[in-house]
Amino acid sequence: MTGSASSIIGMTPALSITGLRFAYPDGREALRGVDLSVAPGERVALLGPNGAGKTTLVLHLNGILHGGGGRVEISGMPVAPGDRAAITEIRRRVGVVFQDPDDQLFMPSVAEDVAFGPANLGVRGAELTARVDEALAAVGMTGHRDQVPHHLSFGQRRRVAVATVLAMRPEILVLDEPSSNLDPASRRELAEIIESLPVTVLMVTHDLPYALELCPRSVILDAGRIVADGGTQALLADRELMAEHRLELPFGFDPAMRRG
Amino acid sequence: MSLHLDRESPIHRLSPEVKIVAMLLFTVLVVSTPRTAFAAFGGYLLLLAVVAVIARVPAGWLAKRATIELPFVVLAVALPFAGRGERVDWLGFSLSVDGLHGAWNIFAKGTLGVLASLLLAATTTMRDLILGLDRLRCPVVFTQIMTFMLRYIDVLADDARRMRIARLSRAYDPRFLWQAKAFAVGVGSLFLRSYERGERVYLAMLSRGYTGRLPAVSDSRAPAREWALSATLPVATAAILAVVLARGM
Repeated sequence: MTGSASSIIGMTPALSITGLRFAYPDGREALRGVDLSVAPGERVALLGPNGAGKTTLVLHLNGILHGGGGRVEISGMPVAPGDRAAITEIRRRVGVVFQDPDDQLFMPSVAEDVAFGPANLGVRGAELTARVDEALAAVGMTGHRDQVPHHLSFGQRRRVAVATVLAMRPEILVLDEPSSNLDPASRRELAEIIESLPVTVLMVTHDLPYALELCPRSVILDAGRIVADGGTQALLADRELMAEHRLELPFGFDPAMRRG
Repeated sequence: MSLHLDRESPIHRLSPEVKIVAMLLFTVLVVSTPRTAFAAFGGYLLLLAVVAVIARVPAGWLAKRATIELPFVVLAVALPFAGRGERVDWLGFSLSVDGLHGAWNIFAKGTLGVLASLLLAATTTMRDLILGLDRLRCPVVFTQIMTFMLRYIDVLADDARRMRIARLSRAYDPRFLWQAKAFAVGVGSLFLRSYERGERVYLAMLSRGYTGRLPAVSDSRAPAREWALSATLPVATAAILAVVLARGM
């Protein structure tokens, strides 16, 4: 079940997690020894019921949470929260798109918000403008650069949130529930954008058809451990495994029938 | 009732910092004018009228928004009745001369100050105001707080509106003060939501490399020409004050 594609190929994985543990100050153990390796260019879905530790895991990838034991490496670079310069580089490499775009978009205009990340990395002037234009173009939001985020639709805000991270030219894009609250058209548009990006993607989701559509590989996290790792289609078709971890397919959906 | 009036005018085009400084100097001069220098106040009003005409801000627009001053005017009305010292009789009321002067003082200076602020707000967006304060070396903590407020005030208002609709949908219809508990609890949970959102925003900022300082948006400074142009308001104000004082009021 475990053995991932990256260890077979043998090159430096984009993301490598070994023995990661974490407990919150109130004693609740969120991660109990997570091992995961993702190869460059792979798109992996991280599935699991509520409270499985998915968000906790995501916050470890860029060193916001740490200190519980274990090791996280991004393209061979260890996440070392004590080292300021290293953590800035880690946060450039790992682009996290949070679930609520209103949390991510905090500047008064779209362009300023997209510029925030690269500006923190020291990018200025024409290069900064070019980065903003490039990121907005990648998500099809070029025409909205001077708008107030609040005046955009929810789907547009989510796309801008993706752009704010793309402007930092990340190596791994981490998406927390990318399809939540989107209408079907926005959901499809976002899928097309994600598919067009030449980056490694780790996608946390409850939207199993979305995982099947975008990610050839899935891992299931439950009770702080990776309990399954394999082809998305095979995992979703395993009724017993799914039921055991409170994962359910939408009514009428058959994972054996691939899209189209 | 928006405070910004989107127009194309020379005053709209001025950099925010020169407008803020001009407005501040004007207000300081108005406040330091002796209250009996009646002619000076007329002159100030005329100056503001000229600014309003150049900025293409209609008088009615200003008048409607100047009503924010009313609570202070009410206070001023009470002064002639409550004041002590020499009194005059008017329409059967006994009024204190000192109180009348006090009321005039509040009314005249208050109105001029409010009109000047409204002209600034009408010709400058909130975003530019914050940018102007930032360029005037206002402490970063204040400008950051204002930037966040500007971004999240609508999100908060939306939250509050949704919570109100949800209350109304469950037949909430308070008629007396003691029935307002649900409203108070709502305010409390709005605070909690905002607090939690603040934490999430901060996490998202950290994830994009935030280190405690917002990157400078632009380093452009207002040209000397703009400073000179905007200086005409405080200079004209000072001139009026000087002339009126020299003539012995």
